[in-house]
Amino acid sequence: MFPDPIAQGLARGWKVIDASRMTKDLVLEADVVIVGTGAGGGVSAEILSAAGLSVLMLEEGPLKSTHDFHMREAEAYPQLYQESASRKTLDKAITILQGRCVGGSTTVNWTSSFRTPAATLEYWRREFGLGELAGDGLVPWFEMMERRLSISPWDSAANENNELLRRGAASLGIPTGVIRRNVRGCLDLGYCGMGCPTNAKQSMLVTTLPAALDRGATLVTRARVQRVVARGGRVQHLQATALDSRGVHELAYRVVVRAQHYVLAAGAIGSPAVLLRSAIPDPWRVVGARTFIHPTVISAALMTERVNGYAGAPQSLYSDHFLESAPIDGPIGFKLEVAPLHPVLFGMTLQGFGAQHAALMREFAHAQVILALLRDGFHPDSPGGIVGLRRDGSPVLAYPLTPFLWDGVRRALLTMAEIQFSAGARKVYPVHEQAPGYTSWREAKSAIAQLPLAPLLTRVVSAHVMGGCAMADDPRRGVVDARGRHFGVPNLSVHDASVFPTSLGANPQLSIYALAARNASLLARELTGHPAPPVA
Amino acid sequence: MPSRRDFLKVGASGALLLAMARVSRSRSATQRAEAIPPEPALDGGASEVLAAIVPVVLAGALPVDPSARSASIAATIERAYRTVSGLPPHSQSDLRDLFALLAFAPARWLLAGVRHPWRQASGAEIDGFLQRWRLSGWALKQQAYQALHELVFAAFYADPASWPPIGYPGPPRLT
Repeated sequence: MFPDPIAQGLARGWKVIDASRMTKDLVLEADVVIVGTGAGGGVSAEILSAAGLSVLMLEEGPLKSTHDFHMREAEAYPQLYQESASRKTLDKAITILQGRCVGGSTTVNWTSSFRTPAATLEYWRREFGLGELAGDGLVPWFEMMERRLSISPWDSAANENNELLRRGAASLGIPTGVIRRNVRGCLDLGYCGMGCPTNAKQSMLVTTLPAALDRGATLVTRARVQRVVARGGRVQHLQATALDSRGVHELAYRVVVRAQHYVLAAGAIGSPAVLLRSAIPDPWRVVGARTFIHPTVISAALMTERVNGYAGAPQSLYSDHFLESAPIDGPIGFKLEVAPLHPVLFGMTLQGFGAQHAALMREFAHAQVILALLRDGFHPDSPGGIVGLRRDGSPVLAYPLTPFLWDGVRRALLTMAEIQFSAGARKVYPVHEQAPGYTSWREAKSAIAQLPLAPLLTRVVSAHVMGGCAMADDPRRGVVDARGRHFGVPNLSVHDASVFPTSLGANPQLSIYALAARNASLLARELTGHPAPPVA
Repeated sequence: MPSRRDFLKVGASGALLLAMARVSRSRSATQRAEAIPPEPALDGGASEVLAAIVPVVLAGALPVDPSARSASIAATIERAYRTVSGLPPHSQSDLRDLFALLAFAPARWLLAGVRHPWRQASGAEIDGFLQRWRLSGWALKQQAYQALHELVFAAFYADPASWPPIGYPGPPRLT
């Protein structure tokens, strides 16, 4: 049996409060309060607590760990994901996968670790005045977090799902690379998306959060932060509401926290929502704007042999060929990766119903799936989406799918089909309500060229939400500066993916880790007067 | 492509039907207030609609044996209810509206094009309704179709009994 580091920590006396069991209001104090325990919150908590500051973390999701992770979709999605893994954009055309649990998306991501591409950092320097992050600016922070989270290239064999991407691409002269993963002693099970049952994934749940809790940090779970209350240009306190044990309904109890400094790390959508509910002055209407998602389209192929896409490291090979072969601010480029296959997510995602859907599902073990992640936000025709609030205060992202994006979608669907046929596919199904499945590249090529591309016909998904509290050198273009500091409220910072002024063109976790490490270290230095000790 | 004027027209009649369906829903909920737990995720009409739709959405996937088939349909509906109860309040409210609309006879007839009450509607009639909504030019119908699609397939494929026919061995055993 694998040890459960969370159960062990609780037995050692960690300060963890489950707000769903509260029986009265709570008032708490700390040097720094952190909203969210994902990539940004986890790294910030470790660094700030290592600097000797008292840290309090608030998390909307539950504390689940090793022994709770049973590799079952029916348990994992409602427990560990925002809106049971069925969060949607305003027009319901895009499904958004985001974690909602202690560890955030790092508890459920597929471990793919990429440094922020140099071209992206250069674009930020040029367009948003973020020169201090370009060139070598983030390199020491990437290196530190790679050591801390055991990030290294996957040197075991890729599973067949990934291998087919490599083979198909190679036969067309398209280069692929090996993905680096944040794992130690990975058993290659393939269930990263449901929480790692062996502690191999070096998520925040088993690394930075235990380190902070061991130093006396406090964690409050099932608490939804409603707002920060600012007066005289400074946050005075923060208000949260307890949620019921399933995280569905708000309870009557409140948590109020007073701190010297407030760090938002509730993720893109979550962090802008806190600012919007707080009604902090936003004269240039930048909060929630320019939210990017790497709009992702899907191509499923049926192979003659079994693929067993449910088994093995979910993502181990990728191609950036279609990002690197064109200018970053030209027609939209895309990254190619594969998706692991599990029955619920696959069944929900595939087009059609009845006999057609059932026939495809019977080939589940023979299916191979490629994803194309579009690099949004680098062109005037790709302004991204806007996070707003529903009447009940919950956030929703409006993300228009524009002709500029559809042009990239069509190229991506064509490319994925061609790769899959080159890898030996019998049949290829772009995930689209009007795509019946094609038996040759020739047929697919002419059919995809004619396919009407529109919301709710073409399946579009996202697991990478970025922006909404952009960094910039100027409050007219951003919410925070390059240190993550709010332009109008100096004791408020944002340390998560919402600070990215465009998308990344790469899976975001390592970019969030590095930037949060840098900005939490700068904050610790300012609050303590001493340089922050490195965490690895 | 419908013009904006057409959209508003359909939108207005749709909104009117929805408002009427909501009134009829709140009446029936009040009448049975003592029989049902507070704040049910879905109310009475939903089970009738789901019982009609599930066998059509899952055609070809359900077990052939009649008793296994009815058990699978019942378990899928039960799981769909549980799924809805775990969704955030705004989604629960959307789904309650959708099922109230579909359970409301005038809306079933005018919007879904299903002339017979759900219990008596043929598989072909329901299949036609789902196909029309799936490819509808009206986003609300497409959204509704996709909500039903997700709800039913997620509930069905969550069941380990649905795994052997698709060649999924289930999660590995950790020793």
